[in-house]
Amino acid sequence: MNHIVLYPLLIPILTASIALIAFNNRRLQRWIGVIGSALLLVASSVLLYVVSTDGIQVVQPGNWEAPFGISMVADLFSALMVLVTGLKAFVVSVYALGDMDDERESFGYHPLYQILIFGVIGAFLTGDLFNLYVWFEVMLITSFVLLALGNKKSQLDGAVKYVVINLFSSLIFLSGVGIMYGITGTLNFAAMAEALQGTENTGLVVTASMMFLIAFGIKSAVFPLFFWLPASYHTPPITVTAIFGALLTKVGVYSLVRMFSLIFTQDIGYTHTILLWIAVPTMVVGVLGAASQYDTRKILSFHIVSQIGYMIMGLAFFTKIALAGVIYYILHNILAKTNLFLVAGIANKEVGSYHLSRLGGLYKTNPLLSSLFAISAISLAGLPPLTGFWAKYTVIYAGLEVQEWVVIGFALAVGLMTLFSMTKIWMGAYWSPLPDASRLASDPDFKPVSGNQKAALYIPVAIIALVIVVLGIFGEPFFAILFEAAEQLLDPSIYINAVLNP
Amino acid sequence: MKSVILQTATRLIFPLLLVFSIFMFFRGHNEPGGGFIGGLVGAAAFVLFAIAFGTKVTRELLRIDPRIMVGWGLLFALLSGFISMWAGDAFFTGQWVFPVLFGNELHIGTPLIFDIGVYLVVVGFTLAVIFALEEETN
Amino acid sequence: MEPLLAIVIGVLVALSVYLLLRKNLVRVVIGVVILSNAVNLLIFTLGRLDRGIPPLIAAGEYVPTEAIANPLPQALVLTAIVIGFGLFAYALVLTYRAYTEMGTINVDDMRVAEPAYKGEELPETAVTEGEEK
Repeated sequence: MNHIVLYPLLIPILTASIALIAFNNRRLQRWIGVIGSALLLVASSVLLYVVSTDGIQVVQPGNWEAPFGISMVADLFSALMVLVTGLKAFVVSVYALGDMDDERESFGYHPLYQILIFGVIGAFLTGDLFNLYVWFEVMLITSFVLLALGNKKSQLDGAVKYVVINLFSSLIFLSGVGIMYGITGTLNFAAMAEALQGTENTGLVVTASMMFLIAFGIKSAVFPLFFWLPASYHTPPITVTAIFGALLTKVGVYSLVRMFSLIFTQDIGYTHTILLWIAVPTMVVGVLGAASQYDTRKILSFHIVSQIGYMIMGLAFFTKIALAGVIYYILHNILAKTNLFLVAGIANKEVGSYHLSRLGGLYKTNPLLSSLFAISAISLAGLPPLTGFWAKYTVIYAGLEVQEWVVIGFALAVGLMTLFSMTKIWMGAYWSPLPDASRLASDPDFKPVSGNQKAALYIPVAIIALVIVVLGIFGEPFFAILFEAAEQLLDPSIYINAVLNP
Repeated sequence: MKSVILQTATRLIFPLLLVFSIFMFFRGHNEPGGGFIGGLVGAAAFVLFAIAFGTKVTRELLRIDPRIMVGWGLLFALLSGFISMWAGDAFFTGQWVFPVLFGNELHIGTPLIFDIGVYLVVVGFTLAVIFALEEETN
Repeated sequence: MEPLLAIVIGVLVALSVYLLLRKNLVRVVIGVVILSNAVNLLIFTLGRLDRGIPPLIAAGEYVPTEAIANPLPQALVLTAIVIGFGLFAYALVLTYRAYTEMGTINVDDMRVAEPAYKGEELPETAVTEGEEK
């Protein structure tokens, strides 16, 4: 029995339970967290290697056969997402060594963080609809606690909105699960897709698909449903914001891609047109919201929304190149977005603010941080030769092929606006001189980072920046995997056969 | 809360509840019961003790921090899965042994270990939450 | 039976939507709970309603010999109830903490994370929020 699929899932929960046992020893907990995440990174790399050489991997925990038991499935798309989650989990757990305060650590930050990763990876690997709901809940409840951990006023305020909206979306998701079970009599993705092939009951299926669109739409913060995100994401410590911004919305996008490529393909002309209509305002409103903000965390939060629009747009085009572009976009966005949040966190430690009106002078005093920011920002804005350019290029190229001129026009304009936002942060925080420098000098509590803390903060950011550069410049072999992943997504029979006829 | 009636009654009920929780736990083998319900009853015993004598005494009685108990519980539950993995089956496949003890054949398997894990998680989680709430209000 | 349950689900959803749209946070949370019960009932109904026969397989058999009630929706609903209960408990504690910290349960007055201002200078809290000390 080949358990390679389960290792990325078991490592975080094992780490979490060991960290819980070491609850009273914070120092030990930290290192357990780092070692666990490092093992996770190794396990997820091995998983991607196995999936890319041997095809889709399926495990049936408890030995219950496929349509009856819960399947854990890793196709290339899942494996890529798991790998980037592993990378993210590792660098953020190193960054947390320098950022997380004692109070939050003593309330169990480390076990919670590992369980959050556990939930995210479970959502990527599951092949069962109800099980997906359970993973979402695992992820949500830990994210609720991480968001409110520390009990600051603004955190509680943000958490109230986040919790209520996300509970609501979970319930919509759950009723969608119920309806799909009523229609097909199964919860297994593969069996469900098979049962729906050539169904005459298209109307009901499309109705159910809209439940999922709303549920995952709220989770991934698409146009009319995103207001909870900029209201809450800037309130917790920057480590938590970075992991939320990078992973949680992307799990929503992953689920949308999975559902609308494997199961809801009956009436593409209808459902995917709706996706396209959602994508454009998501991009535009997100980027306009970012333009109106002056707190770096809020600017970046709005950019999460805007970037989600590109991913949904690629899904709506639904061609091989477009889906490859979507996967690349998700990976690129997880890397670049987290890095920008982490850089903002370092800037806050160095100059003592997140707000552009109080930041400044970093280009002069801290060229290393400036270049790390520049790499991530250029990548996010989509300038060649970094990852953002290739991500946008692929998705837009796919749009040109299906001749959606208006949508492409908007996408290009939004790209320009993204560049504007990044320039705004660059001007405000890096090029302009530091306003009231005496404020920091006179504050006895303020001390710039140094020594071990400095290493813990800068090394993770540098690793991700390096990955962005390498993936951007030597992306060719990587795109071969992406196209294969897109082919697997476009042809549901590969997935169905792998799960039902092993 | 200082109440002589409650404290005297608790001294009697507390051990009964613990025995009952263990009974519920083993009953789950083939009948309604199991780690979850057994754990809730066990937690109820400690909660009753905490109401009668205060959380400080109860924590001393419990000896182990409830949050650490959750960790051990998770570890036990995972262990049951790893045993099936080492036995060469899929994760979480039940593994059984049938030792004969005093002329009775016993059925012992990995689901029992999983249930011990559930029991510990439920007791630990419930107590962690209730102690935290109780200590905040005082 | 199905039409009756459908009406019950509809009434519950209507009730919860009404509560969700209130400004009082406690009512919003109760609205979420009622909605979760409506959804549980929906899953239960969609799993096909049967009278009686417990889903047990007789000793010595490998498959049930007669038609049995569908046990899967019950398992799903049980899981959903447990998850829903946990989330409800969290939401209540959060409401209580929010009330003690901010002194209000009116969601319109909860503007700490996104302070309101009109045209003039940003409030100081919006600028210094989350600063490193």
